[in-house]
Amino acid sequence: MPIEDLFHQPIRAVNVGLQIFADSLQLQGAEVLHVDWRPPLQGYATLSRTKSGVDIDTANAEAVDRIRQGRPRLIGMGIAGKVIPGMGRRMILHSGPPITWERMCGPQRGAVVGAAVYEGWATDYDEAAELAASGGITFEPCHHHHTVGPMAGIVSPSMPVFIVENQTFGNVTYATQNEGLGRVLRYGAYGDDVLQHLKWMEKELYPALRTALSSTGPIDLRSLIAQALHMGDEVHNRNRAATSLFIRQIAPALITATTKSRSQAILRFIDSNDHFFLNLSMAAVKAMLEPAESVEGSSIVTVMARNGTDFGIRIAAVPDQWFTAPAPVVEGLWLPGYSAEDANPDIGDSSITETGGLGGFAMAAAPAIVRFVGGTSSLALRVTREMYEITTGEHEMFTVPALNFRGTPLGIDVRKVMETGILPFINTGIAHKEPGIGMVGAGLVRAPQACFQAAFEALCEICE
Amino acid sequence: MITQTLIKQGAYYDSVTLMQVAQAIVELEGIEDAAVVMGTPANKGILENANLLTAEARDASADDLVVAVRGNTEDHVGHAIAQVEQELQSSRAPQEADATAPRPKTVAAAVDQQPDSNIAIVSVAGRYAAGVARDALKGGLHVFLFSDNVSVEDEVALKQFGRERGLLVMGPDAGTAIVNGIALGFANSVLTTPPAPGGVGIVAASGTGLQAVTSSLAKQAIGITQAVGTGGRDLSLEVGGIMMIEALKALQADPYTRTLLLVSKPPSTEVATEVLAQLQESEKLAVVCFLGGKRATIEASGAIAATTLEEAALIAAEVVRDGDPRRVLKSLKKRDRQLQAQAETLKAGLSKKQRYFRGLFSGGTFCYEAQLILGKMLGRKQIMSNAPLDKVNELRDANQSEGHTAVDLGEDEFTVGRLHPMLDPTLRNRRIIQEAHDPETAVIYLDIVLGYGVHPDPAGAAVDTIREAQTYLDSKGRRVVFMAHVCGTSTDPQNAIAQEAKLRKAGVLVMPSNAAAMRLAGYILRPA
Repeated sequence: MPIEDLFHQPIRAVNVGLQIFADSLQLQGAEVLHVDWRPPLQGYATLSRTKSGVDIDTANAEAVDRIRQGRPRLIGMGIAGKVIPGMGRRMILHSGPPITWERMCGPQRGAVVGAAVYEGWATDYDEAAELAASGGITFEPCHHHHTVGPMAGIVSPSMPVFIVENQTFGNVTYATQNEGLGRVLRYGAYGDDVLQHLKWMEKELYPALRTALSSTGPIDLRSLIAQALHMGDEVHNRNRAATSLFIRQIAPALITATTKSRSQAILRFIDSNDHFFLNLSMAAVKAMLEPAESVEGSSIVTVMARNGTDFGIRIAAVPDQWFTAPAPVVEGLWLPGYSAEDANPDIGDSSITETGGLGGFAMAAAPAIVRFVGGTSSLALRVTREMYEITTGEHEMFTVPALNFRGTPLGIDVRKVMETGILPFINTGIAHKEPGIGMVGAGLVRAPQACFQAAFEALCEICE
Repeated sequence: MITQTLIKQGAYYDSVTLMQVAQAIVELEGIEDAAVVMGTPANKGILENANLLTAEARDASADDLVVAVRGNTEDHVGHAIAQVEQELQSSRAPQEADATAPRPKTVAAAVDQQPDSNIAIVSVAGRYAAGVARDALKGGLHVFLFSDNVSVEDEVALKQFGRERGLLVMGPDAGTAIVNGIALGFANSVLTTPPAPGGVGIVAASGTGLQAVTSSLAKQAIGITQAVGTGGRDLSLEVGGIMMIEALKALQADPYTRTLLLVSKPPSTEVATEVLAQLQESEKLAVVCFLGGKRATIEASGAIAATTLEEAALIAAEVVRDGDPRRVLKSLKKRDRQLQAQAETLKAGLSKKQRYFRGLFSGGTFCYEAQLILGKMLGRKQIMSNAPLDKVNELRDANQSEGHTAVDLGEDEFTVGRLHPMLDPTLRNRRIIQEAHDPETAVIYLDIVLGYGVHPDPAGAAVDTIREAQTYLDSKGRRVVFMAHVCGTSTDPQNAIAQEAKLRKAGVLVMPSNAAAMRLAGYILRPA
């Protein structure tokens, strides 16, 4: 806009800094928008190019483009030990960044001993704990094996898993079947009832679903998620619509896949579990994000995951490195009889949904869940709109009706997090800190600042 | 005495808000000292000096807000800390009607929310200012950059970037501008063309200089089109007058602008040549006030030279009225004779020991102009300052006057961790008492600057102290000439007429301009 042009139009100002200047403009009747500016986080610097000559903006555009192009489809099911690459015989995968048995939180330990007995590595839970403590089990993060697991995120070799393929890029990801609510392994519950349920999932649910899937053919998860967003889900803390859509797609095939009574039981189980789709949405988003992991020089966050002790993130420019900080405690609403004192710090790989522009980032699509934090529906819109400030682009397929079908914010740029001090919002469930009890509440949490500062430091080292 | 600390992690507030809150807390009963600061290393130093650096404060990060309070009892301190929280909360602007829009955190987000934005007002701390200004330029906004402590390199880069895109970069350290009748920064309420007749377009590399000439034109019922502030360094050799030239071009092309008025401290020779050459690119008559600069070079370019801010505004008005600029000089000469007579009377009230001028300035350019005028009348070497014309005349201690002294209270040594004197009169008031106690003080002078964004009642804030000083002087049987000049207009939020009345009532001699006050002071103090 040439300078002369400014002289012939009303002043519409953006004020950054002292509020008094915004006030005085308002007093004079000029239009002004005050920016809620704050200094960048400690250690921030302007980074635009890596030492190897990669332009970071260009790399980020490429990374986001790859995520957008990804087309995750549920192509089948299998047994973890047989299908997941690198899955060892005495190996247990867990959520979040790497962790030792000694540092594992209560729910994750509970799930480990439950899985060890389930696998037949121990006859009782004490023996299982001893086995784990003596190094008899190898622990590795799900994320090191193209896998994602909610809450404790425990995957042991005989557990059945969904297989999701990103049709565009050919990469494949895995996730277990969701166990439902109540006393379940992923919240650290173990016991005969828990194991019986897991056995039912392995012996009845899995074969029926697998057979059904072979007759439906691949299920397009991207399109299913896109529809669910228009039905009030953000596919992290609310999966009610997506689960229903999944039933609609699978039901006709399911009733011929097994006996009538079994298919009835399966449909009832899925129907009673609003979060059945969560594991699928996680595997779908993981499949979409993986192609971005190998974009050189990109400052996009490719993983956010928690193990209940640490919160870890990874960025494309520094692959294979976790940047961790203590997992935060979630603020939320508590199930009757529980309070913040019972809560385990943030846990689970489900924050992969936020990493890929869903979950908390798509809150605006799911106003119903703001009740978890006692907020109003406008809070849902605010959360999503704020996340645009730290992301590189927007989804094409995943849109929000309440924002006039704007795409959800996609591709967290660690530089923008540092510059604005805005930390990603995560919607999540809350586990009891003692093993074996289960879910105590749900709420909203911000990813810890220190992860981003550490990742940014590493980025600085490879930049000019 | 007990000291308590409250750390609010990741809570950011701008420094002005924090200083205002801290000021309110210190005034509470039973509170000895308090600090409300972000936990930066520099602020921790301040806390340490104030004996407020507790272990918790030491551990705070630069992103944390630190509230440290020392008081008589736990109750006092607890109450004060609660008060801080309340003050901070009420400092946040009320959420707009559209509660779904988060308040934007970046310029880009603001432009997104208000798509037809055309200018950014930037007043963040200096080390971040260049980045924010660059973001604004990238977003297609003109920039008014109030922040100081921006490097010359950044200034040059921003201005070149702005020039390429046809965008104005006013500042860094731009105190004032008036664009389309809207006052930016510390500016006054003036008449605008259209509809007011006049059509004076102004470019100034001086904030208070711009305020002085625009206010003076308003008093003469002359309208201005635009008043562009470029920041004080624009005409330096490094910056090369980029924005003065760009703004000039725009005013030359502007159909409403008939007369041009330039204000600056003397530019480097090369830059002066370029600026004056640009003036010749249009038929519009220009009045140029390069304070302390050479008259001949200006006149050689066909422009009219003015030696003081007052003269510049009077000549510009005369040009607008198609009058003869020489008439202005003649009438100023006449006034000078009157001032001389007035000085004789005032001199009679002073003792022999009372020999010195003490100017307590809030406007940097007023302080500069004062040194030029007094220097000419009393000898350039005789005028001391913390912002001197020549290095040899620098005060050894800015807090201690020596001989004739002109103190710029807006300089860094006075504003670290404190508001600008145009906002916070505390330091100047303290200095008034200090000067009154000095038996050698003859004249105490204040520039009272009005306008948007500054103190709501600067004259009122000064007169209580002036009365206190006078009571003391009475007890010593001494009289000091209190002198002031009000820079502002009757339509300013503070109303210049009311402000002048308050000063007169307190026995202060109210002068029509900074230059007039300096002439009078010069006549009073001129050795016989």
